[in-house]
Amino acid sequence: MPGMKQSAKQIYNWLERRLQVEGPVKDAVLHKVPRNTASWWYVFGSAAFTLLMLQIVTGILLALVYVPSGAEAWNSLNILNHQVPLGWFLRAVHAWGSNFMVAVVFIHMAQVFLFGAYKFPRELTWTVGVFLLLMTLGMAFTGQVLRFDQDAYWGLGIGVFILSRVPIAGGSLVHLLLGGPTIAGATLSRCFALHVFVIPGTLLVLVAMHVWMVLKLGINEWPMPGRLVRKETYIEEYNKLAHEDGIPFVPGAFWKDLVFSAAVLAAVGVCAAVFGPSGPSGQPDPSITQTVPKPDFPFLWIYAVLSYLPPSMETPFILIAPILMIAGLLAVPFVASEGEKSWHRRPVAVLALSMVAVSWAVFTHLAMSTPWSPHMSAWSGDTLPVKYLREATPLVRQGAVIFQAKQCRNCHSIGGHGGERGPALDAVATRMTPDQMRYKVVTGGGNMPAYGKNLAPAEIEALVSFLETLHPKNEPPAFDPSQQANAATASTGGSGRP
Amino acid sequence: MSDSPKKQSTGPDIHTASEQASDREGPAVVSRRWLLLKAGVALNGLVGLALAVPIVRYLLAPVRKDESYKSWISLGAADSFPVGETRLVSFKNPWTQPWDGETDNVAAYVRKEGASQFTVFAINCAHLGCPVRWFPQSQLFMCPCHGGVYYADGSRASGPPERGLFTYEYKIIGGQLQINAGQMPSLSNTAKLVNIATPAKDGDCPCRG
Repeated sequence: MPGMKQSAKQIYNWLERRLQVEGPVKDAVLHKVPRNTASWWYVFGSAAFTLLMLQIVTGILLALVYVPSGAEAWNSLNILNHQVPLGWFLRAVHAWGSNFMVAVVFIHMAQVFLFGAYKFPRELTWTVGVFLLLMTLGMAFTGQVLRFDQDAYWGLGIGVFILSRVPIAGGSLVHLLLGGPTIAGATLSRCFALHVFVIPGTLLVLVAMHVWMVLKLGINEWPMPGRLVRKETYIEEYNKLAHEDGIPFVPGAFWKDLVFSAAVLAAVGVCAAVFGPSGPSGQPDPSITQTVPKPDFPFLWIYAVLSYLPPSMETPFILIAPILMIAGLLAVPFVASEGEKSWHRRPVAVLALSMVAVSWAVFTHLAMSTPWSPHMSAWSGDTLPVKYLREATPLVRQGAVIFQAKQCRNCHSIGGHGGERGPALDAVATRMTPDQMRYKVVTGGGNMPAYGKNLAPAEIEALVSFLETLHPKNEPPAFDPSQQANAATASTGGSGRP
Repeated sequence: MSDSPKKQSTGPDIHTASEQASDREGPAVVSRRWLLLKAGVALNGLVGLALAVPIVRYLLAPVRKDESYKSWISLGAADSFPVGETRLVSFKNPWTQPWDGETDNVAAYVRKEGASQFTVFAINCAHLGCPVRWFPQSQLFMCPCHGGVYYADGSRASGPPERGLFTYEYKIIGGQLQINAGQMPSLSNTAKLVNIATPAKDGDCPCRG
């Protein structure tokens, strides 16, 4: 239909005459980039942007129903989950979009670091990127608060206890975070303002700066070993590379961005459909103590680190480590703004990145199973394997009951069930003599509370006689050599050895 | 659509032409305009400052002295608590807004040691504030978050906390047990005197037996 095409062209011209964006857009779209940058390694930045757009759209859609009030937020989420058609799916897409965004932002940062893309003249692009990362994490934390369930409540509590450690200003900072003396409606309202206005607004401004600099300074060329960055010559070399061996950004490199973004969106959709929305868990009633709060995925590693710090290190570490981490990230492009970009010749960078990645993975994995936490219902819920009680004497059975009733099981597993805070006790008799067990039970020590006050002597005897039976059939229990020698001496009438 | 551009490039040309026209002014005019501009900036700065004062005051409204948030709350008749036991009680936070919902429920553990001798513990673990659970069988408080454990008297038994459980001030008025509450206990208010060394020894102290 040539008539329609003609009028479309006319409308376009009318708009373009007034907007005048064709020129800048063409410049941005068709600018030459080095041929090697049209790579699958260069797709994470655009994917993070796509996810940000997804979060904005789904966030607005959720705001149509969500009530940012301390009294109503939790209820409105349950209505979204169970009554609004596909409300659960929107919540799931927003939650999974958040997980993916945090992950993609971290991957993008790791790739940029590994490819030396932060070096001259792209130092400020990296700096802005660090703040984008912090904003993304800020969105993740405030978003978790908006869920306003028990995890949100006690997650905020952890925030309070971290802030309260700041010298002098701690109390004021806590009041500012909470909007009052306790976690309450005012806290939710301010987290809503942060999550919906302040942080997204900042994110968009920073993203605009970030993308602007990528366009102005060009996409980082593929690092080649031996091609060093020098401030005097770099710009000239880059321009030469982009023009002599370059291709237009669209379509040369952009099609891969499009494909990857679509793949990421599809992954978010599939995860949302299969795994569903996250929470809300129990209602935010702080008088309910039957809860095991846990932070969202991006903060699990912090949760794990906090459980392994020795008491004397808590406050210094909590206050100093985040500052050092952020300062370290910000310092990267200024410490190494010139020189080698290729990972083949940057062993320290590769090692540092691997170490961070491995530590992060280990801590996150640990936080999923929380081996440091007592299993609160193990004492009343976990069964004792029958084999440990078969042919047991009444005293041993009595000891087994005490073992359960006194919550020993909350920290010590038997038969693979129970807490992991203390060692598993399936073979404890091979490691400790009855005397050592008695001493340990009474006085505690290390990470074990002392039970001397809470157990009668008869109960301790019963408990120890149960523990004494816990050894494999073919492995004898531990014994005290000196006592055995004494016994041997007594039985042979003191004749001793020949 | 009569005014569609004849040439694609006319737009930018016009733009630059108008820019060039406004250039090249005499030095006197320029300095006068610059003076007016500076006056405009100064005026905005002044108005901005005048507005910033109430805005900052508004933002800092929640920052108050701890004591101003607290008040004495009754937890019920002192006689209703059995001697030698620890009970979970909940009360309404004195500092509330109508839209606080369930968050204005606060819990505490009341331990009665004698006829009028009490210890009232905050449920918040002294490590990072998670709610500790009382196990009367083993006479221990256990925290679900990072494994902090406390003895019945609130002193640290094991885990990452640097100190024992926080306690509320209490008094008995007209047979009612009252506590001074209203603020989430944390290391910045309830716990200014933190002594790391003493509770750390407690865990290993055989004298507890």
